[in-house]
Amino acid sequence: MVSGVALARPIATTGAPPGEGAPCAAPHVTIRGLTKGFADFLVYDRFDLDIPRGKLVSIFGPNGCGKSTLINMIAGLIPVDAGEILFDGKPLRDIRFGYVFQNYREALFPWLRAVDNIEYPLKLRQVPKRERRARVERLVAHLGVKIDLRRYPYQLSGGQQQLISIMRALIVDPEILFLDEPFSALDYEMTLFMREQLQRVFVETGTTTVLVSHDLEEAVYLADHVLLLSRGPARVADFVTYDAPRPRSDATLSEPDFVRVKAHCLDVFQREVRKG
Amino acid sequence: MKWLEPLLPAIGVVVLIMLWYLAVWLRVVDPVLLPPPTDTFRALWKGMNGGQLGADFLKTVERTTLATLIAAALAIPIGILLGASEKLYRSLEFVIDFFRSTPASAMFPLFLVVFGVGDKTKISVAAFGAFLVILFNVAYGVMNARKTRLLAAKVMGASKLRVLTDVTLMESLPQTFVGLRNGVSLALVIVVVAEMFIGSSDGLGQRVFEAQQLFAMPDMYAAIFAAGALGYGLNLLFLLVERRFVHWSGK
Repeated sequence: MVSGVALARPIATTGAPPGEGAPCAAPHVTIRGLTKGFADFLVYDRFDLDIPRGKLVSIFGPNGCGKSTLINMIAGLIPVDAGEILFDGKPLRDIRFGYVFQNYREALFPWLRAVDNIEYPLKLRQVPKRERRARVERLVAHLGVKIDLRRYPYQLSGGQQQLISIMRALIVDPEILFLDEPFSALDYEMTLFMREQLQRVFVETGTTTVLVSHDLEEAVYLADHVLLLSRGPARVADFVTYDAPRPRSDATLSEPDFVRVKAHCLDVFQREVRKG
Repeated sequence: MKWLEPLLPAIGVVVLIMLWYLAVWLRVVDPVLLPPPTDTFRALWKGMNGGQLGADFLKTVERTTLATLIAAALAIPIGILLGASEKLYRSLEFVIDFFRSTPASAMFPLFLVVFGVGDKTKISVAAFGAFLVILFNVAYGVMNARKTRLLAAKVMGASKLRVLTDVTLMESLPQTFVGLRNGVSLALVIVVVAEMFIGSSDGLGQRVFEAQQLFAMPDMYAAIFAAGALGYGLNLLFLLVERRFVHWSGK
């Protein structure tokens, strides 16, 4: 199920968007007729969506519209009432994926050292110890991580812990990576730093990434596409493309293109909020 | 003044002993009832070094350890089982809470009838008391395992059994140690009381009781101190083991 080689796909070293030029017309994830209700209200009613391959999609929308619910259903954390979610036509259990929780404190295992936390998914797949270590080392070198991995999670800062979580998700060489508001428990300084880390991960691996965000600036800054959701039952209010070259930097935030896309997203968002 | 800080815990002890000397010197209490500290510590020293007190001390240690081991061996697996199934726990919660609130000493006559006058009764009553305390804590530890952590293991592809062994059990460890510490303290209390009152010929409880009957006050105080040291030592031992094996507790 898991390939023996970490990060086997070609690695983009330039600023070009990963997957560019590759034949990626077919969507990576297809969602059809997704229906989900809690108690007496429908969050999703026959919801359809395609997630393109090798792109970073941010999900943004009004409070309680079901951003996290969507990502959790795609990643199989909560069951769907009806509908189908396929990855290249395959169900979730046939693919490798990574998931990063918002609450890194409760998502990491404090009884394991950072390195053993990262190795845990490989251990579940019975990858031998020597290879596990080698793969962690490769990932560390690849991402340029400078953390003492022999430490326990509680000995690391919040940002470092979340970085360990992201590495734990990446160690299986996932076909798709899910992040549920991964930086919202961090202070602003650390959030900025972690955005760059995530961008680097994405540029280096080109993994299809789905990011739930509650910060519009962050959502646009990191995204190839921003998925704007409406209030329940959620529909696609807009699927905005933002194609500024990577790596993006602080200067990107004041470029006219960024400002325009962000303003447009805010417009759609406000419209949806007022409807509610 | 910084160098004084490690000495702070000793101040209470020194003050207590000084007050004790003062009370003896001023004859506040009848000297027969309150012997000077020197006599008491001499009795403690002689008793623990080859005297009867040392033998009784070991006997109490043996009973308390056995009771705690039996209690833990039963309570930990059952606690995990109960904690893993919330419905099962809720259906037994009242029974557990009821007997946990029942003074174990009230059970002596019942256990006497069942096990007779001997070591079995003392150990089994103590084990019974400790069992419920440990059980309750283990079950709570399992039930209160962080949901995110369980979900994280599941999302990484861990089977139900794997989630239980890799996450739930580790998550319940801090609470299990709370149970073990409370359990061993309770076991000691019950063992000492049992040694006093249910036909015992040895043990710290019996030593205290006998010394009192013979008006051998230094011996009685010595036995009380020995029991105190034992209780404190057991608690400390569990704390050290906990800190070693559950290093993440409270962090």
